[in-house]
Amino acid sequence: MRVLVTGIAGAVGRRVARELVAAGHEVAGIDRRGWIGAPPEVELHELDIRKRTADTVFRRFRPEGVVHLATVTHVTAPSDDRYRINLYGTRAVFDHSSRYGVRRVIFVGRHTYYGAGPDAPLYHREDEPPLAVATFPELADLVAADLYAGSALWRFPGMETAILRICYTLGPSGLGPLASYLRGPRVPSVLGYDPLFQYIHEDDAAAAIALALTGAPRGVFNVAGPRPMPLSLLIALVGRRRLPLPEPLFRASLGRFGLPALPRDAVAHIKYPVVVADEQFRRHTGFSPRYDEDETAAAFRAAPERPDAGRVRGGGRTGL
Amino acid sequence: MSNSSDSKPAGPENSRRNPHRVKYAREISAVGARVRRLELPFNRHGIDPYGVRQRDLARMFSLFGLAYRYYFRVAVTGVDHVPARGRAMLVGNHSGGYAIDGAMVVASLFFDKDPPRLVQGMVDKFVNRLPFASQWSSRLGQFTGLPEHAERLLGDGRLLLVFPEGARGTAKLYPQRNTLVEFGAGFMRLALATRTPIIPFGFLGGGEAIPTIANLYKVGQFVGLPYIPITPYILPVPRPTPLRIHYGEPMVFESTGNEDDDVVDGYVQRVKDRVRTLLDHGGARASGPPREAKS
Repeated sequence: MRVLVTGIAGAVGRRVARELVAAGHEVAGIDRRGWIGAPPEVELHELDIRKRTADTVFRRFRPEGVVHLATVTHVTAPSDDRYRINLYGTRAVFDHSSRYGVRRVIFVGRHTYYGAGPDAPLYHREDEPPLAVATFPELADLVAADLYAGSALWRFPGMETAILRICYTLGPSGLGPLASYLRGPRVPSVLGYDPLFQYIHEDDAAAAIALALTGAPRGVFNVAGPRPMPLSLLIALVGRRRLPLPEPLFRASLGRFGLPALPRDAVAHIKYPVVVADEQFRRHTGFSPRYDEDETAAAFRAAPERPDAGRVRGGGRTGL
Repeated sequence: MSNSSDSKPAGPENSRRNPHRVKYAREISAVGARVRRLELPFNRHGIDPYGVRQRDLARMFSLFGLAYRYYFRVAVTGVDHVPARGRAMLVGNHSGGYAIDGAMVVASLFFDKDPPRLVQGMVDKFVNRLPFASQWSSRLGQFTGLPEHAERLLGDGRLLLVFPEGARGTAKLYPQRNTLVEFGAGFMRLALATRTPIIPFGFLGGGEAIPTIANLYKVGQFVGLPYIPITPYILPVPRPTPLRIHYGEPMVFESTGNEDDDVVDGYVQRVKDRVRTLLDHGGARASGPPREAKS
């Protein structure tokens, strides 16, 4: 299959590309960022998905499958820019895909779509509405992109669209929203709260996306890795020290004293769990993660302390 | 709980030198052994898929065990009516100004059931908003009473605890301590949808343990609680009075899938009547004479 991956230079994008090449697919990628050391089999295009030139890539490469990973999840990118990338980028991907006869589109969204709160259920199912809009307004564009991608299910009935809501990725790249939160030697948490955190190894996330391309039917699927773990235990597993702070102090010290700079509303995601039920995805694709909760944490623990600063938009900030 | 990242085995193994404490220390290590006998899918960190943690269960039951056996001296009848495994719903009356009734029901099926079972209560929403209460209730499997939680836990063959009276039930004052207020119908809808047997129970003595003379609603809301119960001695500290729990025979309701509200309300009334009977006649009608709690 000819597969086009948008956002190919990201930690998960690179792994998806390698996974697809290894499975014998023909792979092209689009990203604003470059990828030094990309496998020679991958055809790279350094451009913005919203630009006209992206149309040319679709026309020439004629992909049969598209994996759309080009969403900005770091909350520090100026928010209207983020909004544009996430929504107009997603629109462009679906428009091009439909125009050039792509058969399958995989939109990779986030499990934080569901939001966290005291009255939210553990194990969110795919049919639940997005609470994140209320609990964490900074995530509104990701929620909107997810719902917009979902509209492709009825707008382009001839195209097989799957929306994946993947839990936090963690692994050797040391990148991602959860990684940014866990990066420092001391990880602040809110005193008196110890939510479950659900995370998946980057390689498993890539494998799940590749599997979705060939295995998942149309629809919306939660994707998760091993069993969720309490935050306190996760922090211990990645070799960090937990710094429980009373909530007002927690809010006041974010971004100071070497602690991660979380957006104000991210506090709900440190107090309450976002855990998704992934039975649907497992049943349809037979997916099973290769790395358990300890191996995944160990992979992140071994990650370079300061991952290539140029690649992390916004440095130490994070968008749980 | 700032030291929750360490990973000592559940239950302190070393008995203290003080001979008076040896008995308690032995019981606490027995609690650890019982926790390991719980038939839940714990992983190697001692955590189940819902975040229930063996170590925290051992801590809680060590504390509950003392209250259950020595402070309240809880007497239980009909514990055999609770199935040894598989889903079931414990439904009973609230007794006492706050959740000691729930805690003692959880303790009774841990200490007096073989193998022990973990009862998972459907908790009022305010609990998860409070620091520490949120953390502890999560680690002990006591989740907010949402239909999603109930459905999923029952689907996993868990044992649920429901007080259909809700917060109105704990707010009963001393003179009304053995009455029942209105039962919500949510539990019955769930039981019908999931074909779950209901084990009715009557809980006696909570009103004597916490003799509420008034409830401070305004003050309670200020600190995030529904209300604060006031006793003749002001503080709502429970007194060491004996408590009794009577479990009745399982009730199974067959469902067509779309019962009318009247029909469901009728079923709810039947459960409420059974709870009433258990309160009035104790375990006499259930199974044999009431037996004293082991001491």
